[in-house]
Amino acid sequence: MSPLNGYLLLSALLFSIGLAGALTRRNAILVLIGIELMLNAANLNFIAFWRYGANPAALTGIMFTIFSISIAAAEAAVGLGIILAVYRHTRSTDLDQMSSMKG
Amino acid sequence: MTPDTIDQIFVISKHWLLGYLPSSLQPVASAILSVVPVLLVFPLLFAITTVLERKGLGRIQNRYGPNRVGPFGFSQPIADGIKSLTKEDVIPRNADQIVHFLAPLLLVLAAFLAYAVLPIGRNMVITNLNAGVLFFFAIGSMVELAVFMAGWSSRSKYSLLGAMRAVAQMISYEIPLVLASIVIIMMSGSLSTVDIVNLQSGYTSIWPHWFVFTPWGFAGFLLFMVAATAESNRSPFDLPEGESEIIAGYYIEYSGFKFALFFLGEYLGMFATSGLAITLFLGGWSAPFSFLTWIPSYFWFFAKLLVLIAVFIWVRGTFPRLRMDQLMNLAWKFMLPMSLLNIFTAGVWHFMPAGIVRWLVCIALLVAPCFLLSRVLKQGKKLQIRTYRFAE
Amino acid sequence: MNVFFLILAALTIVGTAAAMALRSAIHCILALTIGLVGLAALYLLLGAQFVGFTQILVYVGAVAILAVFAIMMTQGASAPTQPILSSSWLTGVSVAVAIFAVLAWAIHSTASTQTSLPQPEVSVNQIGAALMHQFVLPLEIMGLLLTAALIGAVILAMPEKKETL
Repeated sequence: MSPLNGYLLLSALLFSIGLAGALTRRNAILVLIGIELMLNAANLNFIAFWRYGANPAALTGIMFTIFSISIAAAEAAVGLGIILAVYRHTRSTDLDQMSSMKG
Repeated sequence: MTPDTIDQIFVISKHWLLGYLPSSLQPVASAILSVVPVLLVFPLLFAITTVLERKGLGRIQNRYGPNRVGPFGFSQPIADGIKSLTKEDVIPRNADQIVHFLAPLLLVLAAFLAYAVLPIGRNMVITNLNAGVLFFFAIGSMVELAVFMAGWSSRSKYSLLGAMRAVAQMISYEIPLVLASIVIIMMSGSLSTVDIVNLQSGYTSIWPHWFVFTPWGFAGFLLFMVAATAESNRSPFDLPEGESEIIAGYYIEYSGFKFALFFLGEYLGMFATSGLAITLFLGGWSAPFSFLTWIPSYFWFFAKLLVLIAVFIWVRGTFPRLRMDQLMNLAWKFMLPMSLLNIFTAGVWHFMPAGIVRWLVCIALLVAPCFLLSRVLKQGKKLQIRTYRFAE
Repeated sequence: MNVFFLILAALTIVGTAAAMALRSAIHCILALTIGLVGLAALYLLLGAQFVGFTQILVYVGAVAILAVFAIMMTQGASAPTQPILSSSWLTGVSVAVAIFAVLAWAIHSTASTQTSLPQPEVSVNQIGAALMHQFVLPLEIMGLLLTAALIGAVILAMPEKKETL
């Protein structure tokens, strides 16, 4: 297995771990963390292809990753703000209880 | 022994020692030989600083400091070390054992890692990273996580409150710290600490090219030092660990060696941030005047470090503690706009022709908004002489 | 180099799996931090120094701390008592396993180029120049996005004024 395949396999594994966490946990914050993990797995993919792919001098992989990290940070901030606002309203972060728009 | 040889004595002796080893072992041995002196020198400096600080604070407060142990009290760190090593390690029963154990380790690890990019002398840096300053700030941000781990794992209200306050303070002051360094990075064009120091090692007649001798460099230095004091939780920003407020805050449940590790980590962080201030603003290892370059470079680094430590001790003994809201107001409403203005002023300096005009313009660009901002921020408060009414 | 990759990959997988499986939310975030540091070390192994240090600065220094603050403010320091997995957890896990199977099969069946490429030397200067020349539009949009996110997060998290009737 070439190094590139190793990194891609690791990235796929991290993506599925993040997906499993985002789909199964009850706590809203941990679902958000699962989404962050998926973004990180995609970043690893970008950097691996930058290193082992054609034309690393164009820096495309690194640029994508820098922008992805910034967007992920902004999304984490806004997402946690939303979770806090919902918590203030319903006094719980349990996603199974938030199944209706009423209230 | 030419001055150059004395200057490079550590580099020469390291290469001489490496010559005796087979070439397969040389990278590992080179790394060990670079790292071990840092691991020995800076804790020794920590020990000397604890006794210097207590004596300095004592003299400011019109009393002697410790003067019983050893000559003039300078063996006090040995006594303190024996005490903290032999004390019983009390862990609360409800405490989270693993996190409680790992928090001081992470703090000391982050504090030690930060020394990897500081150039202590000419050609004497552990690793010349291309993104050295970024590495330093990344490692510094791990300290906040260690502080939170320490406060949360003790499962005690005081320690949790102290940890939240400390983390809020450290996050708030990280922004002026980084913005003050961005001015230097912008004007020197490199993130590598070795490049920044090399740019400052020239002389025009006898005056050095240090960045602190420019208007934007001086303002950046002041902002950096204030932010560094807040980042290390030193007085006057030590509300999270003030002894009269919250009884040592986030490390209240630690005793014995782990408490000593927190102390060590905090002081090492202070030395590392001072070291970065010296590298960015004060010219690193370069001598202050061109006729003093025969004195070795590592001597100048440690001399400047000792001067900055003396300033830290002096500030601790002089100013009263800031309240939490005053602290946050200072960071967000004063230091953040001033550091952004500093970046703008550095840009103006770069594009104006050299001469007295750009000095005057840049000084006016920095001093006038500072004055106006502090006026505006003081207006909302009623600052009069306090009158007290006591119960009859 | 291969042994470093295996060690760091194992560390990252253990950290992230623990982050999704542990009971207490704060333990999950601390395990996530280990996973993120492992990822940063993998970036350094791949030669992307700037991205590795930015990953530590942004994720460990900001996102993880934000997450622990949010956990403190929403449930306090009490230990969780209700079940941690939602009622439809089996569907979620099977979907994740299916996606991993498809991705692994796709990776395995692509022909791997065996040419060993030299490590590309990238300096921060080049990244800065690229940001200012080819990627200046995404840079400005990022600035707008971050400003909007900052203002939005402050407004969302601000306590509402109580209307006195």
